[in-house]
Amino acid sequence: MAEALKSPLPRTRSSAFADYAPTYGAAAALILLILGNIAFTPNFADIDNFRNILVQVTPTMVVAVGMTFVIATGGIDLSVGSLMAIASAVAAVCLEYGAFPAILAGLAVVSLIGAFSGWLISTFKIQPIIVTLAMLIAGRGIAQVISNGGQLIPFSNESFEFLGKGSLLNFLPMPIFVMTLIVGLAIFVLRSTIFGRYVIAVGGNENAARLSGISVRGTKIAIYALSGLLAGIAGLIYTARLGASDASQVGVNIELDAIAATVVGGTALSGGRATIIGTVIGALIMVIITTSFVMNDIKYPYSLVIKAAIILFVVYLQRSKSR
Amino acid sequence: MNIEPLLRMEKIKKVFSGVVALDDVHFSLEQGEVHSLVGENGAGKSTLIKVLTGAYHRDGGEMFLEGSPVNFRTPEEAQHAGVVAVYQEVNLLMFRSVAENMFLGREPRRFGLIDWKRMYRDAGEVLRNLGLQIDPKATLGTLNIASRQMIAIARGVSLGAKVLVLDEPTSSLTEHEVVLLYDVIRRLKEQGTGIVYISHRFDELYAVCDKVTVLRDGKFIATRPLAGLERMDLICLMLGKKREDLEKKGSTAFGDHHESSSAKPLLEAEHLRRGRHLRDVSITAGRGEILGMAGLLGSGRTEVARAVFGADSIDEGKVSLEGKQLNLRSPHDAIRAGLAFLSEDRKAEGIVPDWSVRENMTLAALPALTRFGVVSRSAQNQIVERFMSRLGIKASSGEQKIRDLSGGNQQKVLLARWLCKNPKFLILDEPTRGIDVGAKSEIQALINELAEDGMGVLMISSELEELVEGSSRIVVMRDGECCAELTGKEISQDSIVKAMAAEEAGGVQSDSASAV
Repeated sequence: MAEALKSPLPRTRSSAFADYAPTYGAAAALILLILGNIAFTPNFADIDNFRNILVQVTPTMVVAVGMTFVIATGGIDLSVGSLMAIASAVAAVCLEYGAFPAILAGLAVVSLIGAFSGWLISTFKIQPIIVTLAMLIAGRGIAQVISNGGQLIPFSNESFEFLGKGSLLNFLPMPIFVMTLIVGLAIFVLRSTIFGRYVIAVGGNENAARLSGISVRGTKIAIYALSGLLAGIAGLIYTARLGASDASQVGVNIELDAIAATVVGGTALSGGRATIIGTVIGALIMVIITTSFVMNDIKYPYSLVIKAAIILFVVYLQRSKSR
Repeated sequence: MNIEPLLRMEKIKKVFSGVVALDDVHFSLEQGEVHSLVGENGAGKSTLIKVLTGAYHRDGGEMFLEGSPVNFRTPEEAQHAGVVAVYQEVNLLMFRSVAENMFLGREPRRFGLIDWKRMYRDAGEVLRNLGLQIDPKATLGTLNIASRQMIAIARGVSLGAKVLVLDEPTSSLTEHEVVLLYDVIRRLKEQGTGIVYISHRFDELYAVCDKVTVLRDGKFIATRPLAGLERMDLICLMLGKKREDLEKKGSTAFGDHHESSSAKPLLEAEHLRRGRHLRDVSITAGRGEILGMAGLLGSGRTEVARAVFGADSIDEGKVSLEGKQLNLRSPHDAIRAGLAFLSEDRKAEGIVPDWSVRENMTLAALPALTRFGVVSRSAQNQIVERFMSRLGIKASSGEQKIRDLSGGNQQKVLLARWLCKNPKFLILDEPTRGIDVGAKSEIQALINELAEDGMGVLMISSELEELVEGSSRIVVMRDGECCAELTGKEISQDSIVKAMAAEEAGGVQSDSASAV
C-alpha cells in the first residue's frame, strides 16, 4: 500500500478493494448469522452441532467448489445434482467388486459426462445453461435406469460407508476431512496453478485468452469434467452416509444451492472473478440458515422464503460495495 | 424536387459518458437518392445511424423527416414514421416462412385470426416489385444468405420505408449476389425511397451511390456528389489529409540500411484466401525488417494478420516461419513457432480487465513460468520488473489492475506480454491507436529497436505518417488483395493513398494481385 500512496497516478479506492469486498460482505453476513444463533438458538454453540452442520454442508460445499470453477469461466452447470445421482447409482451397482473399484467407476462415469458437456459447449458453442439443463434431465433418467428404475439400493460395505459415517481419530468425520481437503486444493489450484490462471483468463476475456495461445476449448472441457468429478464425490459421500443409493432423490435441487452459495460468496456470474473462500462462506450461510430454522421450529416453507430474502440481501450488499 | 429534403439532420450531437461521439454532424437525404456514409473506425457512422433510427437519443441538434421535426424514442417509432434500418447480421426467424418474416408482429388479420391468404399475397407483391423471384411460402432457412438479405430489405419496404438504411449490405454476399442487390436498390430509387448506404468498398460506393458524406472522429467533414470526386480526394477526406501535404517526401529514418534484400525471408505467407475478405494475399518479411501494411477499414489488413497468426480459419494458403510451415489451426501453434500478435482491439481482445499488470503481462508466457503445473510467482515478478522499467510502464506496482491504467500503459503491458517471450516475428495491428502522444513515440522507438535487434515486424496502421516513417517496405491492401508494394524511394503518403484509391501512379503496380 505504501507504494500505492507514493504513486503519482490517481488510484481509486474501489479498485483496491474490489477483489475482496464481496467476500467481506458475505463474511459479515455469516458472522452475524452465527452470533445471532449463538444468542437466540438453544444448543447452537455446541461442538457436536457445529460438527453436524459441517457434515450436512459437505455435499453442497463440494458441488459449489466445482460450480465456482465453472462460473469463473462465465459458464454454469445445472447437471450436478443428476451427476451425483449417477455416481451414487454406479457405485452402488459396482459395490460387489469392492469399495475402491466402485468409487473409481462412479467418479469416472460422471467426470466423462462432465467432459462431454464441456465438449458440446466449447465445440458447438451451445450455451452452458442449455447443455447442462439437458444433462440435468437426462442424467436423472440415466441414474434411475442404472438403479433398476429408481429403486432404493441398500448396501452394507464397511469401507465404502466409512466415507460417509467414519471419523478420523474418532473426532474428525470423513465428510469434513474430504471437504476440507477439496477446499484447500481448490484454493491452491485457482490461485497458483497454470490451470487456475487459464480458467480466470477464459472467464475474464475469452478472445484475449485465445490470442495468448490458451486452448479455450480444452480449458472448458476440463472445467466441466472437474465439476462432474466433484459432484460425483459429493454424491458418493451422501450415499455412503445414507447407507443406500436412492437415484431418484440424491442431489435434487443441489445445483440451486451451489449456485446461490457461489454467488453469495462473491464470484461473478459473468466470469473472470472467483473466490473459493467466498464460496465456502456462501455454502455455510445456506446451511446455517436452514439448520437454525429447524432448531427454532420455524416451518420449512417459511424458511425457504426467508432464505431467498437473505440471498437477495447479501448479493445486493455486494453489488453496492463493488460498484 | 422539393426544397425540403426527405431527411435532414442538423447539428447532431451525441455524448457517451463525457466522450463526444458526434459533434455537430449534418446529414441530408433526398427522395430517390442513395447516400453513402463513410469514415474510418470511430468516425461515428453507426452512432449517427442509431440516432437516426431511435436506438440512441441525441444530446443535441434537430431532425426533420419530410420537413417536420421528428424525435424517435425507439426504433419502433422510427419504423412507423418510415425510417427503417437493415443491419448486416440479418435478424430473421429461420423456421418460418418468407411472408411470416416480412410481416412479423403486424400480420394482416381477419376476425382476430391471421389472414394467411392476404399475407402471402401482399408479401408476393412486395417481392415482385423489387424484382425478386422468391416464393413467399418458402421456409426462410432453406434460402441462401443473399435471399435472406433481400427479404430483410423487403421487410423494410413493406413497412413503408421512406428512408432505408443499409449497413454493410454486401458483407456476406458473393459478387454475383451483389448485382442482385444493386438491382433492388435501383428499383427502390425509382420508387422514391431514400437510401443511406454504409460500406467500406469503394467500388460499391461508386457503383450505386449518388452522394457521400464523410465523418471523421465524430465530426462532419464533407458531403460531396460522388460523380467527379476522385478516389484519392475521398480517401484524403477520410484520413484527414491534404493532397498537397501528401506530395511531401516521406523519407524514412532508416530507409535503406534496413532493407533485407539478402538471404531468405523470415516469414512467408502464400496465397491466403478467406471468402471475400482475403483474395490470394501473399506477403514476405525479412529479419530485422519492419513491413508496413496500409489499407482502409475493411480492406483486409487485419484479416491478413489474423490469418498468419492462425486466429481465423482460412480457406487456403500457407504460412512459414524460417522456412518451416506453420500449422494454422489456432494461435497456440503460431505462438509456439515464435509469432506474436498485438490485436487492434485492446479491450475486446487484449486486456483481462480485472487482472493485475503482472497477470496480464505474463499470460502468454505462463507455460514457461510453470513447473509441475504451479506458476512461479518470482519468475512472474522478474518479468514484470524488467519490462516495467524497459518500457517505462507507469503503474503503482505490478499488482495494480490493468483497467486503471491509461491506454498507452495498457498497450505497453500488452506489448510486454509478447516481448517477454522473445518472439521471432511480431505482428502489430494499430499499435498506437488511441494512446497519448508520449506513449506513441515511445512505442514507435521501441519497435525500431526491436527490428534493429533482428526481430521481424509486420506493422498495420491507418496512420500514414507512422507507416512512412517507420517502415522499410509497405504493402497496401484493398478489397482483400495486396494492391501495391512500395520500397525505398517509392514510399510516401502520396503513393499509399494512390494505391488505396486504385489509381495508376509512378512506381505503383496497382494491378498486381500479389505484392511478392
